[in-house]
Amino acid sequence: MRDRLIFTGQFLFTLLVAAFLVVPTALSITAGVTTNYFRGIQSGLTLQWVAQVWDLYADTIGLSFLIAFATLAVTLLAGVPAAYALHVRGGQLSRLVEEIITLPIAIPGLALALALLLTYGGFGAFRRSWLFILAGHVVFTMPFMVRSVMAIFASVDIKTLDEGAASLGASPWRRFRDVIVPNAVPGILAGSLMVVTLSLGEFNLTWMLHTPLTKTLPIGLADSYASMRLEVASAYTLIFFIMIIPLLVAMQMFAERELTR
Amino acid sequence: MVLRLEEQGHHHLLSHRSFVGLCLLPLAAVTVAFFLLPMARLLVTGAEGPQGLAGYVSILAEPRYRATLINTVLLAAATTVVTLVVATIAGIFLQRHRFPGRAVLIAMLTFPLAFPGVVVGFMIILLAGRQGLIGDISSLLAGERLVFAYSIYGLFLGYLYFSIPRVILTIMAAVQKLDPGLEEAARSLGAGPWAVQRDVVLPALAPAFVASGAIVFATAMGAFGTAFTLATNIDVLPMLIYTEFTLAANFATSAALSVGLGLITWVILALARSFSGSAVAAAG
Amino acid sequence: MSGPQGHGVSVRIGHCGKTFADGTHALEPASLDIARGETLVLLGPSGCGKTTMLRIIAGLEEPDEGGKVLFDGKDVTAIPIERRNVGMVFQSYALFPNMSVAENIGYGLRIRGIPATERAKRVAELVALTNITGLEHRRIDQLSGGQRQRVALARAVAIRPGILLLDEPLTALDAALRYRLRGELNRLLRALGITAIYVTHDQSEAMELGDRIVVMRKGAIAQIGSPREIYFEPKDRFVAEFIGAANIVEASLDDGHLILPGGRQAIAGGTSQPAVVAMIRPESIGIVDVEAAPLRGQVESVSFVGDRQRVVVVGASPKPLTVDAPNTIQVDAGDRVGLSIASKAVRLLPPEA
Repeated sequence: MRDRLIFTGQFLFTLLVAAFLVVPTALSITAGVTTNYFRGIQSGLTLQWVAQVWDLYADTIGLSFLIAFATLAVTLLAGVPAAYALHVRGGQLSRLVEEIITLPIAIPGLALALALLLTYGGFGAFRRSWLFILAGHVVFTMPFMVRSVMAIFASVDIKTLDEGAASLGASPWRRFRDVIVPNAVPGILAGSLMVVTLSLGEFNLTWMLHTPLTKTLPIGLADSYASMRLEVASAYTLIFFIMIIPLLVAMQMFAERELTR
Repeated sequence: MVLRLEEQGHHHLLSHRSFVGLCLLPLAAVTVAFFLLPMARLLVTGAEGPQGLAGYVSILAEPRYRATLINTVLLAAATTVVTLVVATIAGIFLQRHRFPGRAVLIAMLTFPLAFPGVVVGFMIILLAGRQGLIGDISSLLAGERLVFAYSIYGLFLGYLYFSIPRVILTIMAAVQKLDPGLEEAARSLGAGPWAVQRDVVLPALAPAFVASGAIVFATAMGAFGTAFTLATNIDVLPMLIYTEFTLAANFATSAALSVGLGLITWVILALARSFSGSAVAAAG
Repeated sequence: MSGPQGHGVSVRIGHCGKTFADGTHALEPASLDIARGETLVLLGPSGCGKTTMLRIIAGLEEPDEGGKVLFDGKDVTAIPIERRNVGMVFQSYALFPNMSVAENIGYGLRIRGIPATERAKRVAELVALTNITGLEHRRIDQLSGGQRQRVALARAVAIRPGILLLDEPLTALDAALRYRLRGELNRLLRALGITAIYVTHDQSEAMELGDRIVVMRKGAIAQIGSPREIYFEPKDRFVAEFIGAANIVEASLDDGHLILPGGRQAIAGGTSQPAVVAMIRPESIGIVDVEAAPLRGQVESVSFVGDRQRVVVVGASPKPLTVDAPNTIQVDAGDRVGLSIASKAVRLLPPEA
């Protein structure tokens, strides 16, 4: 009887927490397709707000994807070899390097953005291009890629595999191509999902780094929250959800596979 | 049939050591150019105001800055405590019981994981804003619209919204790793359900509390998007930095404040890491 | 036993020591010659430097300044492992999870640019040789421990290495399998007649596989010799106790006899000395009638272990003596017994440093 009571209490509590998280999301989705949110759903369903968002903000969506995939490319090219080097090398110096590249996670994006602005704000062409935002996103997401790949290296004992391939005559580059990268694929995928998701949703840095001509999706969102009617803001949020959910689901599946392994 | 040494491979001019060095090169370039150099610049700028190096001291000395700092720390601390309590109750419950709809419930609780701060701010507006659900309910019940999204309470709610999914996941993972033998041993020694929770389960979860608590705290200290969406006049550190920089064009002060904020979050995370022994990172 | 007519290279290790970056001396400078076709076992407890020695020969570690590794008289010290043409079997096998069994075995050949058809032929040969027929297309995580061990061996041998290096290749397996694979490995090494260096901490593995055994301790070579030499003529107390079971007896020596609490024990070629250390193997002590024996004691305990019984006798020597007695004789705790030890079975060890 007492166990039953405890169970029910905990269940209701958890349900309440879930409601706190889900209800606003549901409200937002409804508002995005409601003709008049103030009058409620009986005012009718419509896609006019979504269409309006598309007209107004399609370019922010395009730029967000461009930056996300460019960020991914850079973090892959720089992060995967670095993760390998840091893992194989080991020792004090490697730990220091790892510590330094992880710092951007510990430092608020605002501080990082300010630092970038103060350093490169004078380089007009760079400052005005989307590459400026890219630089911020790369610094911010790099540790997630490096760590994700390093975690895999630790779990598959990559150092011994590397030695094994070396004993069979493979050069460092061939080892990297034939053995290291193929065995790091789960970590690379997990890291990639993380990088793309973070980049698509990044606001703290981007708000400071963007210009009127380089607005990303979260910038557009903030813009619409401040100046558009609630239905438009909601429709825009809806589009963001639709973009981000597949990534989230994929990440979740990854996490579960890791747990069951 | 033994192969001659000279015949093997084409890349043997490159030793393994230099290959490893080469692997680090791109990352080193990116980090130096876009992180270390700018951070150094930030540090220098902080000391370039009219007060010079004393600009750093003014973060604590100036009453307005100090009040904001205290405000931010209190908000972050409250967020941390409430998030840990809520997430622990829900996390232990979800990991310990199997019931129909459990997977859906977990999905609902972790779904907002990737919401950026701005979106979280919007969620709070929908909940407690001028057209919000809480206002609708309160005007229905009490005849008065309850609107608090644009205050520090709205921000607090936003940080909870942001933090709870993360911490629930961490707690669930920690509970799953818990050795059930420990609890059974405690019960075999006569401990009741509460004693088991108090003496075995909660202490075993301590590293998870420290790790996730530090992340929540650091994130709440530095988060900008939520505060930005809710209002520009909430008195927290990131908003202060933002207004000093963009509105007052006070580069030195905003740089000094940023350095101070970065230092606080970094120290919190580093302490937590040295305590819990695992990697700890802030999010958002 | 393979002599100079064996395959592969001869190896000379000249003054190779290893000090790690943190200052630990993993290996004191050591020199060693390994003949073409010989199987040499590096034996010792963990941390004795045996793996470091193997890794220096492989080219995975560089020796300290002044150390040299020569293959067939040619200095290979500065050559990295990928150009030394060594076959290596790792303790964890280091099989590539992203490749099938056949791809693993053929990888070294692919690196060497061997055409696919020839490669397939060689892989098939090795699959047959190592008894893993039918597993060619399996993934590595679908193999048992014993199968992985065979794949690792096949992969190392496939490249026709000048020398085969085996780093505790059986340690990861359970006891019964280890015993069976040890026999197979022995036959394979003999059949290939290749120079091989085998690292292990298991003395029975070392005895069965080694033409010669190098016993190592704390980063230094304690003794080099054939299995028989190591067993019967250990150079010091460490080797005596590490290889097999040994009774260590500290006593005085009077006219070729050890003076013991339970009587006098003759030794071969003895003189008189105030204090000596002697070793007696448990199986060289016989239990005899108490009346006629020169050495007597009392049975403290008897453990029956199947093929023999282990009897502990007190009062004969300063410390209890362990005796391996046949499983047919009847003794019980408390019995007074006589002990018979051939004078040749008592070996004097150098006094402790």
